[in-house]
Amino acid sequence: MQTVLSIAIDAFAYGMALFIICIGLSLTMGLMRVVNLAHGAFAMIAGYIASYAARDLGLGYAMAIFLAIIGTVIISIPLERLLFRRIYGRPELTQVLMTIGITFCVIGITNYFFGPTLKTIPLPGSLSQPVDVGFKTIAAHRLFVMACGVIVAGGLWYLIERTDFGIKLRATVDNAAMADALGVRTQVVYAVSFAIAIGLAALGGVVGAEFLPIEPYYALRYMVTFLVVVSVGGAGSIPGAVVACLLLGAVDTTGRYLMPEFGNFFFYAAVIAIVCVFPRGFFGRAQ
Amino acid sequence: MQVIAHTERVAAPSSAGNRWLRDAIGVSLIVAAGLAGYWLFPDNLALLTRVIAVALLVLSIDLITGYCGVATLGQAALFGAGAYAAGIACVSGVTEPLTLITIGAVAGSAAGLLMGTIMLRAHGLAQLVLSIAIVQLFHEAANKASAYTGGSDGLAGLMVSPLFGVFEFDLWGQTAYLFGLALLVVVFVVLKFIVSSPFGMLCRGIKQDPIRIRAMGSFVFPVLLKMFVISGAVAGMGGALAAISTQVVGLDSVSFELSANALVMLVLGGLGTLYGALVGTVIFMGFEHIVSAINPFHWMTMVGALLIAVVIAAPGGLSGVLEKVSGSGKRVKTGGRA
Amino acid sequence: MSDLFRVEGLTKNFGGLAVSRNISLAMPAGERLALIGPNGAGKTTFVNLVTGQLQPSAGRVVLNGEDVTSLGAVRRVRKGLVRTFQVTRLFSEMTPEEHVTLTVLQREGKASRILSRFTGNSEVAGEVEGILSTLGLLDVARRKVGEIAYGQQRLLEIGIALALRPKVLLLDEPAAGVPSSDTPRIEQALERLPQSLAVLMIEHDMDLVFRFARRVVVLAAGEIIFEGLPSQVAMNERVREAYLGNYAHARSVA
Repeated sequence: MQTVLSIAIDAFAYGMALFIICIGLSLTMGLMRVVNLAHGAFAMIAGYIASYAARDLGLGYAMAIFLAIIGTVIISIPLERLLFRRIYGRPELTQVLMTIGITFCVIGITNYFFGPTLKTIPLPGSLSQPVDVGFKTIAAHRLFVMACGVIVAGGLWYLIERTDFGIKLRATVDNAAMADALGVRTQVVYAVSFAIAIGLAALGGVVGAEFLPIEPYYALRYMVTFLVVVSVGGAGSIPGAVVACLLLGAVDTTGRYLMPEFGNFFFYAAVIAIVCVFPRGFFGRAQ
Repeated sequence: MQVIAHTERVAAPSSAGNRWLRDAIGVSLIVAAGLAGYWLFPDNLALLTRVIAVALLVLSIDLITGYCGVATLGQAALFGAGAYAAGIACVSGVTEPLTLITIGAVAGSAAGLLMGTIMLRAHGLAQLVLSIAIVQLFHEAANKASAYTGGSDGLAGLMVSPLFGVFEFDLWGQTAYLFGLALLVVVFVVLKFIVSSPFGMLCRGIKQDPIRIRAMGSFVFPVLLKMFVISGAVAGMGGALAAISTQVVGLDSVSFELSANALVMLVLGGLGTLYGALVGTVIFMGFEHIVSAINPFHWMTMVGALLIAVVIAAPGGLSGVLEKVSGSGKRVKTGGRA
Repeated sequence: MSDLFRVEGLTKNFGGLAVSRNISLAMPAGERLALIGPNGAGKTTFVNLVTGQLQPSAGRVVLNGEDVTSLGAVRRVRKGLVRTFQVTRLFSEMTPEEHVTLTVLQREGKASRILSRFTGNSEVAGEVEGILSTLGLLDVARRKVGEIAYGQQRLLEIGIALALRPKVLLLDEPAAGVPSSDTPRIEQALERLPQSLAVLMIEHDMDLVFRFARRVVVLAAGEIIFEGLPSQVAMNERVREAYLGNYAHARSVA
């Protein structure tokens, strides 16, 4: 029973970390219809910024997160203007190639500046202690990640369903030309959405660094995982991303606990099975 | 109008004749380049043989992606299937090289059949994800089944018997290289036939507009599946060649990295021409050999920059650039419709 | 005289919206039928239901006495139920000759052959030339479709349909987008269609309708509101109402 609880808690926390990173990708793909394989690269950049801020500059955890998010978004702006804009509306293969190219460059440059070693982000005292929740003690960091995930999900839902920006966003998703004609500044909507997506990736990269360690190959190593999550959940769907992350987090964590020698075999088998049954993802929209 | 029609009909044989000539020249150039490599780099034949093996993999991707429009990042699963099949057969006593190649082809086409059946259930991104999941699955399976595959250590010490009983596969790699070159030329010629057959035309149509193909009364799935099988055979032969020439089979032959690199090579050379696959492979692996020895991360940055450049400036890859330069005026479309 | 082609009670609902209501229609061999109606009447939906691109909520499609309702689109084409598209769907990098050759080979079941040649295929070259000649496309037979005039592309659409030796042909606005200088060529092609063929044409160009059709069916809000001779169409009250609107006789649409 203890094992089941441990698995469940780890899976939930891991799933939430995945969710925070991937929901941005889901939105990018659902809204701008861009297959962004470089999404993980932005999460990685954020991890490096946070690590540098916390370890080398001695700033606090909260400050590190803040700087990481701001820094990554700032870096993403010229990339969006110069590179991503060229691939909106282009065929999938083209987008895949361009974003893989960006990923490779980021990996190479990161290694050049920071070296190949793993970078940790030191947690503040308050988060490294175990917390007693009655039936179990859980590392505070796990709870922190879960809380972040829930807040992000709730905040995004609110943004999309209840705010003005959300309405414009949904209009642009449904019919960009019409929205444009109705006076919605779709270029701004795209740019802001992209920034939000990157910002979330950055947040996820930092808080999820316990599960997904920061090193130069991060962007490539987890590219597949992020892509899989979005395909399984259905691009553009928040509930889909939540379900996919929790499910895949559970499969992955269970596999690691119970059958470590099988590695990721069952993870990929599960992905194939799910995508075969739900080719558009759990909650995907028909194109 | 009658006179013009007559002239058109008369023009027919020579335009088909032109194509024969162009292909004959092309194949001759391949043979010449291969032989040049043999004489110019006698100490690097092992590397060159690996280039040929990977070229077969890249050709197989061209069939699926360049001619049928199915993007895939999992083709290494078929390459690895061929490599491991040949390796396991060799370790179990089957050492005749042509038989091993055939085994590789069969294993590759079986894997291609499986991969196609799964991948064709989905479209777009989901399809791509399936291709990645499949190659990763194969990778994990190969890792796990270490009793057969040697796990992360791989299969080693493959003793291949002499070709035709005469030509030994030695450390210099001469037999392996010339064998590989001959294999490549034969496969290339066969593929040229295939893509200029009605089947090839049908695939091109499916790539551009599957709805139109269906409105012509043709099912799409069986045609694509057939191409997956053919593509699998080619990739499998490449894997078997790699196994024979290096005499080891490792997990890297069934990796996502290999698939991605191979796709980059194809894009570099240009999709849908078969020649592009060869050009891209040679250039990519040539540069990799030089730059990677200095610093593997610099190589990665270079490849990334190259990819970005190709997407922005030369969507048709190098063969697209060459076509423009030679003025044959072929507009290379990436998924357009009339 | 048994009908070559028949639809009975064809209905399609999307959720609560009835897009096609109880459409029944019969066509004997040699029929020349025009289907007209205001925009949004459901003409293209009807064609999609007939060809099998959409499954009906109710009703049957019968071809040559055989119920083909449960068959998919590809099987229906093979049984002789062929359509053209309102917006041309052609392969911009292929030539008209290649289009027709591929279609003929497909009809013969030889399209997925690996061992035979595609270009210079003498088996079918004669038939391909004949079809291109009938449509006046011989002089552009070897040019890429992306480079020929739109009117000629529309003709090629018809050519592909003919190459399939259809029993029933559904033409979705064959003259759409064609400059009026090229319309006579389309008309000529339509006149030369085989006599035994049953043809249903959707069109907005009323000149073409009157010259081509022996019978006219008018569709409005998903149902047939008139069926009869071309000369009677313009005088019918319900038809005028559907096109022009008439508040005194307003009907709810949905």
